[in-house]
Amino acid sequence: MMRTIRIGSGAGYSGDRIEPAVELAEKGDIHYLVFECLGERTVALAQQARLKNPDLGYDPLLEERMRAVLPLCAAKAIKIVTNMGAANPESAAKKTAEIARSLGLSSLKIAAVVGDDALEACRQGDLPILEFAGTIKQLGNRVISANAYLGAEPIANALSAGADIVITGRASDPALFLAPMIHAFGWAMDDWILLGKGTVAGHLLECAGQITGGYFADPPYKDVAGLARLGFPIGEVGEDGSLVVTKVAGSGGAVTARTCKEQLLYEVHDPTRYIQPDVVADFSQVEVEEIGLDRVRITGGRGTERTGTLKVSVGYVDSFIGEGQISYAGPGALARGRLALDIVRERLKLTGVAASELRFDLIGVDSLHGPQVSAHANEPYEVRIRVTGRTESLREAVRIGNEVETLYTNGPAGGGGAWKSAREVVAVASVLLPRGLAKPQVRFVQV
Amino acid sequence: MKLREIAHSRTGDKGNTSNISVIAYDPRDYPLLLEQVTAARVKAHFAGVVEGDVVRYELPRIGALNFVMSRALGGGVTRSLALDAHGKSLSSALLDLEIEAPVDKT
Repeated sequence: MMRTIRIGSGAGYSGDRIEPAVELAEKGDIHYLVFECLGERTVALAQQARLKNPDLGYDPLLEERMRAVLPLCAAKAIKIVTNMGAANPESAAKKTAEIARSLGLSSLKIAAVVGDDALEACRQGDLPILEFAGTIKQLGNRVISANAYLGAEPIANALSAGADIVITGRASDPALFLAPMIHAFGWAMDDWILLGKGTVAGHLLECAGQITGGYFADPPYKDVAGLARLGFPIGEVGEDGSLVVTKVAGSGGAVTARTCKEQLLYEVHDPTRYIQPDVVADFSQVEVEEIGLDRVRITGGRGTERTGTLKVSVGYVDSFIGEGQISYAGPGALARGRLALDIVRERLKLTGVAASELRFDLIGVDSLHGPQVSAHANEPYEVRIRVTGRTESLREAVRIGNEVETLYTNGPAGGGGAWKSAREVVAVASVLLPRGLAKPQVRFVQV
Repeated sequence: MKLREIAHSRTGDKGNTSNISVIAYDPRDYPLLLEQVTAARVKAHFAGVVEGDVVRYELPRIGALNFVMSRALGGGVTRSLALDAHGKSLSSALLDLEIEAPVDKT
């Protein structure tokens, strides 16, 4: 009989809801619980935290999530895989061990996957940046971090060495799911078809609620019941790479052909070449079929040989952004909003605020898609203006919000609810690192 | 009719590139999508938003198109000045596209 594993997806981003993961551990009959919590620039922000305190730099919600699921996972021998290590997987592993002990748990093996930090390698190679003309060296001391997207192999190795919990830093999101498959089924690291199928599964599951009805409802065309208690997905994966996506019976949301199709193409460019560290997956021949309530069978995933490079996410201090907002309501709200924007536009010039880029929005009118796309006739009851600008210093950024706030006493009638902010912008760019220059390692902590 | 009557859609983001799927509710409407929801029309629909190219990928097995729009996210998700830096709301704008219904739909 074909072996099957059940993998639960416990988080789709760092701030995601926690109870659905507990529900998966409690009622999902799962073997693995995966938490994908590391956004594009999160490692850079975590690295900034680590520079301030060398024991930190892992996901700020690590403790809350682990406390919520560890007792259940330990009792049921559910293995946890997560990238909550962010910029410091070893400290995250130690912290998790400490939490486990405080919960009275024992006999747990916790693995930290390290070696995604590629800053030195990127600097030595002075690698070119993919998104704009320039190199790592040219970014100089603006660079905060450079982390390679590691593949599934070190995670699978950690599981094969008996780890109950595997904590990584930067790893490809689908690889967090692919690793348990490689471990459980002994898939070869050059079986491109199976690795492609596993990547389809990982890709579908990695955003958690986005395949069970989240980011989907559009009444009355697409109705979804129970979004306040949305269940997170379970992938039933067979050793031949077959996949059924489902969720805990009775939880909110829905797994349908439609939710699966939307998630299949989420953040995908060329569907025949979804480039991963372990394989170039091909989503173009995938088919979806509803085989029961909240059960969708996925077939047709494929793959071809992996590339010779790993994508590296480079975090750097890009600029500062200043912002101000204020609202107007009632008859003539839109005209007063436009007048307010004109005043701020003129003030920023008059007072010589040094901004390289400025944006003037009318929230409720054109802030999401700009004046061309948003052309429509109806006048809103209320409008909120928003002015943002990019500057080279925090001081200049502060001046933008100030020019909105002073509309209280200097601007159009009835301006209320002013708000302002100024912040440093840590942005992310990418480089391609020759594969051999990243050297992943696994370190263990025993509880 | 609006595209919304026959298709659903989801937006994803990578750097300064946005991708939008357009998926037929009924696979029989896929040829209509192929014919009318062209890369050129999508590019025109997003005038003032998308500064780069729009490339269309076809996925007949799930009755879907995938539009990849470069220079579409105000310089990139992590540095954009936009309120919706990820461009998550772009899919809803695309569903506003006008589609000519076939006359003899018997």
